[in-house]
Amino acid sequence: MTQQGVRWTADQVLALAPDAPSRKAGSKLGVAGPWSEAGSSGEGMVWGLCKGSGSKPYQTVVDVADAAGPAYKCSCPSRKFPCKHALGLLLLWAGADGSVPDAQTLPDWAEQWAEGRRKRAQTKRETDAAGGTAADPEAARRRAERRAERVTAGASELEQRLADLLRGGLASAEQAGYGMWEETAARMVDAQAPGLAARVRELGAIPASGPGWPMRLLEECALLHLLDRGWLRRDLLPAGLAATVRSRIGLPSSADGRPARDRWLVLAQYDTADSRLTTRRIWLHGTESGHTALLLSYGAAGRAPALSLPVGLALDAELSGYAGDGQLRADLGEQFTAPAPSPVRPKGAGVAEAAARYGDALGRDPWLDSWPVTLSRVIPTPDEASGGWQLADAEDDLEQPNAVGATAERLAVPIAPKAASGPGLWRLAALSGGAPVTVFGECGHRGFTPLTAWPEGTGEAVALC
Amino acid sequence: MNGPSTADTTATSTSTTATTAIGDPWEELVTVALLGTDRRTPPGHSPGADAPIALLDAAAVQTVRRRAGLRPAPAAAPPARAADDPRPPLPAPARRRLAMLLTDRPGAGGGRRGTAPDLMELLPQWLAGANEKGYAAPTDLLPALLDAARGRTDLRPQALAFAGPRALWLARLNPDWKFALRFTPGGGTALPAPGDAADVQRLWEEGLFAERVTLLATVRAHSPAAARELLASTWSAERAEDRLMFLDSLRSGLADADEPFLEQALSDRSRNVRATAAELLSALPGSALAARMASRAASCVAVDRTQGAATITVEAPHECDAGMERDGVVAKPPTGRGERSWWLGQLVEATPLGGWTARFGGRTPEEIVALPVADDWQGELHAAWCRASVRQRDAVWSRALLGAPASPDAGGPGAVSLSERAKLLGALPDGERAEWVAGFIATHGLSEAFQLLGVCAQPWAEPLGRAVVDALNIARDAGSYPWSFSGVMGLAERCLDPAEASRLEGLTATPDEPEDAAPGAGGYWSEAFQRLVSTLRLRRAMRDELRGT
Repeated sequence: MTQQGVRWTADQVLALAPDAPSRKAGSKLGVAGPWSEAGSSGEGMVWGLCKGSGSKPYQTVVDVADAAGPAYKCSCPSRKFPCKHALGLLLLWAGADGSVPDAQTLPDWAEQWAEGRRKRAQTKRETDAAGGTAADPEAARRRAERRAERVTAGASELEQRLADLLRGGLASAEQAGYGMWEETAARMVDAQAPGLAARVRELGAIPASGPGWPMRLLEECALLHLLDRGWLRRDLLPAGLAATVRSRIGLPSSADGRPARDRWLVLAQYDTADSRLTTRRIWLHGTESGHTALLLSYGAAGRAPALSLPVGLALDAELSGYAGDGQLRADLGEQFTAPAPSPVRPKGAGVAEAAARYGDALGRDPWLDSWPVTLSRVIPTPDEASGGWQLADAEDDLEQPNAVGATAERLAVPIAPKAASGPGLWRLAALSGGAPVTVFGECGHRGFTPLTAWPEGTGEAVALC
Repeated sequence: MNGPSTADTTATSTSTTATTAIGDPWEELVTVALLGTDRRTPPGHSPGADAPIALLDAAAVQTVRRRAGLRPAPAAAPPARAADDPRPPLPAPARRRLAMLLTDRPGAGGGRRGTAPDLMELLPQWLAGANEKGYAAPTDLLPALLDAARGRTDLRPQALAFAGPRALWLARLNPDWKFALRFTPGGGTALPAPGDAADVQRLWEEGLFAERVTLLATVRAHSPAAARELLASTWSAERAEDRLMFLDSLRSGLADADEPFLEQALSDRSRNVRATAAELLSALPGSALAARMASRAASCVAVDRTQGAATITVEAPHECDAGMERDGVVAKPPTGRGERSWWLGQLVEATPLGGWTARFGGRTPEEIVALPVADDWQGELHAAWCRASVRQRDAVWSRALLGAPASPDAGGPGAVSLSERAKLLGALPDGERAEWVAGFIATHGLSEAFQLLGVCAQPWAEPLGRAVVDALNIARDAGSYPWSFSGVMGLAERCLDPAEASRLEGLTATPDEPEDAAPGAGGYWSEAFQRLVSTLRLRRAMRDELRGT
């Protein structure tokens, strides 16, 4: 209950929307017109009646102070979650123009819902305290063993398939098409190795990915082979690398690192979605420790992940890291303050340094596609030679020696093709206008994916993703 | 498994930019992989069952090496910096509002139903407000702003003015936004100061057509005479269609001093140029052309006092002589019109209105319009006077021709079409225009008012707003569906004063349906009024945000 009483920003609210149409519909309802009897309590409850097309207005209530993310209830029939009414109500509340006044008492219908939630929470606490679900450690060990056996069988089978492929030659993979890979991926799902399944599925897309595909296919086959080998000989690996292999295979792990308290600046938040799952990545920067951490949260299709931390906010909180070399993933522990806007910017590096950091990180985790880096004083530049874009060191940094050595040359990292074809690139270009900017993003073998940028001087962070 | 240090790998492995040489171990591995180990053996390995594994081992090492050793490329030349925008930044709430308006795309909302405002429709108003206050556009919203302007040409003037110099800088990098460069002639290169004669002359002589049009308009706004001289300096060498465009620029700031130049243009080789020159001259009541047209028209229109009451008699011209043609009269009528009435119309249209009072014995325009006209010439004559009033922007004659707003549609003075009325209203001051339209709506209802509302200044003055709301209320009580009035509803959302919102609250309830009402109409009306109220509140919020309150 750390966020009570603090009104959110409109960006924070809109980040809760499950999809773009909901965001739009919610925005339209974020005005006083259709709302009546709205109010908010000091305990983080926000409620109101929204006039729809029917005669009876919808009853909408949100608990923004729940530690597990906001909870919603609306009497509308929408299957979207949160629905547009909940979003509109929160926007109205965020607007702080008096349309949602502070009130002591909840209307009956909202109170009933709050009461029900309180009861359920109480029951759960009692159950937890009674240790009702304490696991049998012996049974857990046996389950883990059985799963390891299945993964081993899967990895061995995959090795066999890779060997067969290379025996016949990659040229045949072009004709074989998607089906062969889909079938192999399904086998890996059966083997309970989701990490292997995902990599196999990606292999299937490479032959259609344009010139240079045999090289890329060989790279990915080799890394998959490396992962199989890592699993099959995990007993011989140092503990950190073994943990990395386990998480790459897709075995469950938990954040058991020592909690680190810091003032965490939100560097970026973006979602990727497939038909079943929305994955949200939130990059955090410890303003005191200088550490970078990654929070992952998930939502079923059509639902936004519960955790939302818009770019530019900072929060005083504890994070616990996951095991594994080169592992930046962490879980959010106790929060000591609500997220609030922060003027702090992460310290940046030059282009050469960014490439070096990715190289370093690969030494700890060879399967890394990219590594988070903040570039300072770079200029988004169209690259006529490649037809793409790059981030180039600003001219006036020439005299300063860079990390790799004192080369007196302006260097540039290409912007990853996927990022260069999206709207974020143009926001970045507009923000820069030919002047140096600070850019946070993921630097890897495909190039640099810009996620957030800060203008020269003192302007606010601009999300590019 | 500690990776090699970065310094090592950069020294030993290939970089992304280096071309791969023959014998490169990675290239060889790719070749073997493509052909298959049944046909080729990986370098340094003997053929056999484990050859594929050896290949994968070697490829894994090479892959990690290559990736870890990636080096930045030399940078391309950076783009020139965008010009500074000295305007102050938007207040934060206004900035958020703009972001919200820009995410609303047309066609996504499912038409004009529902209770939520149509945000895209409010964007023009928001832009006008921001430009009025002189704010700079937030740079990160420029791409969305350009995309919106790309899809809607009506937005472009306001959007590009607000977007400022950096939008043009962006437009040069993205072909999707080329329209911005076309729209701003010269692609945003600065025009010379209108007072800088040498630079002006050079751009006039060397510039592209679009640049020259803009230059001429700029100079004209600064000094009408200088613009005329600039035009005269190259006039005879210009192409006919260019001459037409340039001549059009004299429309702004047209004055008696332009007469000699226009007179000369009356004998131009191009018929369109001649017609435009004649039209401009006829808008100058003191011009010789206007006097010639007046004397021709006077010989056709007279008052007959021989009957009991004074009556206007019309004797249309019998021929269109060379002099008339030189003065811009088009000799050949469109299909279906008699040539004599066609010529008469043109003469009266080009005649200064001020002369008729003397011609009709000191009568005021009202009295003249009220006179009966013999032989069915009234429609022709009044229509020509309407066109003359619009061309000469004559408020007194416009008022006389419009007549009282409550007068019935047919017969009497002011029996002119709705589109002519709309044009005549344009010559009246804002307040009077609103009063007249309010009176018209009160008598005739909404169905014919749409065009007239379009020429009223916004936000609508109080009596006009009340008349519209009352008329909508009456239409609801009459039991029709609101979408019969969706055009007026849409206008009301954009033009009604936001202060009216509280008065409209009472209309948002769903009324009891009268027996003869269209089924369900009450609910739809309630929805429509809700949207109207929400939109008005939104517009007030937008206005307050831009004021920074």
